[in-house]
Amino acid sequence: MNNISFNKFYRKFNILSLILIITSLIFLIIKGLNYGVDFKGGTLIELRTNDKTNNITMIRDSFNQMNLGDVSVKKFGNETDFIVKFEKQNSNDPEFIKNIQNKLSSSIGDVDFRRVENVGPKVSSELLKSGIIAISLSLAAMLLYIWIRFEWQFSLGAILAIFHDVIITLGIFSIFSLEINLSIVAAVLTIVGYSMNDTVVIFDRVRENLRKYSDIKIYELTNISINETLSRTIITSVTTLLALLSIYLFGGEILKGFSLAMILGVIFGTYSSIYIANPILVVLNVSQRTIVKKEKD
Amino acid sequence: MLYFSKLRIISVIIFTIIFSYFALSNFTKLDDRFFSKNINLGLDLQGGSYLLLEIDNRPVITQRLQAKIIELKRYFKEKEISLKNFSLNGDTITFETQEQDLEQVSKLLNDKESDINQYYQSYKSHEFDVIENNNLFNLNYSRYGLVLLKNASLDQAIEIVRRRVDEVGTNEPNILKRGNDRILVELPGLDDPNRIKSLLGKTANLTFQFISQNSEESFGTEKLSFEDDDREAIVSKRIILSGDNLVDAKPTMNSQTNETVVSFSLDRVGAKKFGKATSTGVGKQLAIILDGKIISAPTVREPIVGGSGQISGNFTFQSATDLALLLRSGALPAPLNIIEERTVGPDLGQDSIDAGILSLIIGFLLVIIFMIYKYRAFGLIANLALITNLFLLIGILTLFEATLTLPGIAGIILTVGMAVDANVLIFERIKEETKSEKNPIIAFDAGYTKSRTTILDANITTLIAAFILFFMGSGPVKGFSVTLGVGILTTLFSVYFIARLLTSLYVVKNKEKEQLL
Repeated sequence: MNNISFNKFYRKFNILSLILIITSLIFLIIKGLNYGVDFKGGTLIELRTNDKTNNITMIRDSFNQMNLGDVSVKKFGNETDFIVKFEKQNSNDPEFIKNIQNKLSSSIGDVDFRRVENVGPKVSSELLKSGIIAISLSLAAMLLYIWIRFEWQFSLGAILAIFHDVIITLGIFSIFSLEINLSIVAAVLTIVGYSMNDTVVIFDRVRENLRKYSDIKIYELTNISINETLSRTIITSVTTLLALLSIYLFGGEILKGFSLAMILGVIFGTYSSIYIANPILVVLNVSQRTIVKKEKD
Repeated sequence: MLYFSKLRIISVIIFTIIFSYFALSNFTKLDDRFFSKNINLGLDLQGGSYLLLEIDNRPVITQRLQAKIIELKRYFKEKEISLKNFSLNGDTITFETQEQDLEQVSKLLNDKESDINQYYQSYKSHEFDVIENNNLFNLNYSRYGLVLLKNASLDQAIEIVRRRVDEVGTNEPNILKRGNDRILVELPGLDDPNRIKSLLGKTANLTFQFISQNSEESFGTEKLSFEDDDREAIVSKRIILSGDNLVDAKPTMNSQTNETVVSFSLDRVGAKKFGKATSTGVGKQLAIILDGKIISAPTVREPIVGGSGQISGNFTFQSATDLALLLRSGALPAPLNIIEERTVGPDLGQDSIDAGILSLIIGFLLVIIFMIYKYRAFGLIANLALITNLFLLIGILTLFEATLTLPGIAGIILTVGMAVDANVLIFERIKEETKSEKNPIIAFDAGYTKSRTTILDANITTLIAAFILFFMGSGPVKGFSVTLGVGILTTLFSVYFIARLLTSLYVVKNKEKEQLL
C-alpha cells in the first residue's frame, strides 16, 4: 500500500488553494467572464472561405463595414475556417443573415456559412438565468444527498471542495478570456458530479476507518484513508482524463472549450478531494463519536 | 457470493445480445422488419435549423379590446342602460355610468353567469378584472383572460406556421409550443433556412381597399406606401375583402402581359362582396395590400363577379410562389419574431460526427490499453464490461429513439472514461482484502460487498447532475445529460452483471494461483 504523508502538506496546499480562489474571485469580479452569444445575445457565424488568401483582418474589415456593432473574428481550427461574433442580432428582419452573406461574398468572394447562431437579448438572459439555476440546483441537490448519507461535517467538506473546483475552473476561464457558453454550463455540472464522486469515495473510507479505529486521530485517519483509496483515485482520474484528452484533441473545435473545462475540473476535483475535503474534517475535529452518535439516533 | 444461477447467466446474456442488436441496427442499412428504430441525430450533427419564434400579441390584444368596446356598447344598449365616455387607455377600457345604474352594471359584469364578462370556473376568474370608482369603470384583462387569449392566438399561429412549413416541404419538421407565446421550429436537414425564415416572418394580412380620391371619407383614410418603391397613396380604410375569403392561390402566367401573377379564387361570401364592390367601383383603383404595403393598385375596368382574380406586381416566379403559399396558408393572428436561430450546415454536421467518432475510438482505445496494462486479466474483464456497456448504452438510446448531439457523443466518451471507476473500486478493494484473507473466493466476495455503497454513492451524485441538466438544459446540452445519465445505469449493469460474472468464473477457475490480481 502507498504511504505518502499527504497530511503534512494540508496547510501549505490550503494556502495555495486560498490564493487560487482569491485570484479567481478577483478576476471573476473585475474582469468577469467572456460570455458567448448564448448568454450575451448577438450573432455567431462560423464561415469557410474558398479563397486561402483571406485573412482575419480582411474578414474583420468587411464585417466592420456592415455596422453590426462590436465584431470579433477568430480562426477556427482549419486555415479557411473563421468564427465571427458580433453584437447585433435582428429578429424583425428575416433577411438579416442572407444580406450579410451577400455583402460578404461581394467583398471577399464566396463564403460558406457553416453555422449560424443568432440569439436575442431576451433568450440570452433566460439562458443565463437557467444556467445559474441549474448549477445552484445541482449544488443544493448534492448537498442534500451527502447530508442524508453522511454527517454535516462531511457535507461541508464536500461542498467546499466543489465550490473550490467550480470557482477555480471559472477563474481560469476568466483569466484566459475563454468563452462561456451552454456547453460550459454542462461541463461545470459534470465537474460538480465528478468532484463529488471523488470526495465521496474517500469519505466513505474515512467513515469506515472511523468505525474501525477509535484511537487514531482524524489527522492521521484521513491520511490513511487517502492512501488506501489512492490507486483508485489515480486510475479513475487517468482514464477520465484520457477520454477527455481524446475529445479535446480529436473531437473538433466545437467541443474544445467543453473538454478543456472538464479537464481542469477533473484535475482540481481530484486535488480538492484530497486537500480541501479532508482538512475540513480535521478542522472540524471529526471523531468516532461524530458518526456513532448519529448511528444511535 | 460468486455463484450465479443458470437462469441469471442466461438472462444477462440474452439482455446483452438484444441491446447489442439494437445498437448495431443503427449501422446496418438493411430493412429490418423486427426492429426499425434508430438514434435520431440532433440538428448539430445532421445539419438543420432551430428557430424559436415569439408571437407579438400586442396588436391582437388591442384588436380584441376594441372589439370588446363595441360589444359592451351593444350589450348595455339592449339592457337599456346608458353608458358614456367609452375610451381605451393602453390596455384598459373605461366608461362611466349614471348613479342609478351603478349597481346593475356592476352586477352584470361581476356575476358568475355573466354574458358579457365570462367566468371561467376552472380558473376561478373572469375574463376581465373590473374596478369601479366614482361611477367610473375600468376593465382590464385578468391574468387568466390574458393567458387564454394568448393560448388561442398561439394555437392559431402554430397551425399557420405548420401549414407554411409543410408547404415548403422539408423532411420531418418539428413544431412545438413553448410557454404561451413561443413556437419552436426544428427543420432537420435544411441547408438554407432563409426562405422559411422570410415566410415565417410575414403576417400575410391581405386586404383589398380602394384608393381614395377625396381624403374626406366616412370610413377614414390612411397613407400607405408601395412595396416596390417609395410612392405613397391614400387608401380608404374600408376593407372590401380580406385574405380570409380566399380559398386558393397559385402562381400563374398572365398570357396577355406575359408576366408572373398570383391568381386566386374566393369563397361564396367573398365572391359576392368582391362582385358588389367592383361593380360600384368601376374606374377606381383597387389597392391590394399585404401587411400594410401596397403590392399593386390596378384600375377596375369591369365588375369582377366570377369569384376569382389575379394579383400582379413585378413578381418573379419565386416571389409569386411564396406569396401564393402565404395566401393559401392564411394570415398569422399576430407578427412572429425570430428570437433565437441556430443553423448548422450539413457538412459541418458530418465533420462533427467524424470528429466525434474518431475521438470516441481513440478515447476508448486509450482507456482499454491502460486497463490491460494496469490489471492484466482483470483489465480484460473490465474492458469486456466496458464494451458491453457501450453496446447497452447505444442500444438503449436506440430503443428510446433518443436524440444524439455532439455534446451527447462527448457524454458517451466521458462515460467510457468514468465507467471503469466502479470496476477499479472493486479491484482495489479486492487487492486490500486479499492481504488479510487467504481464500481468494471470500476475498473477492468481500471486495464486491464492501465497495458497493461507495459505488452507489459515487454514481448517484453524477446521476443527480445529469438529471438536473436534463430538466434545465436545452438542445445539445440535453443530449449530453441523456447519454451521461443512461451511461451511469448501463455502467452499473455491466459492472454488477457482466464483470462480476466473468470475475467469478475466472476466480473459481484459477483459485489455486498465488496472486490473482
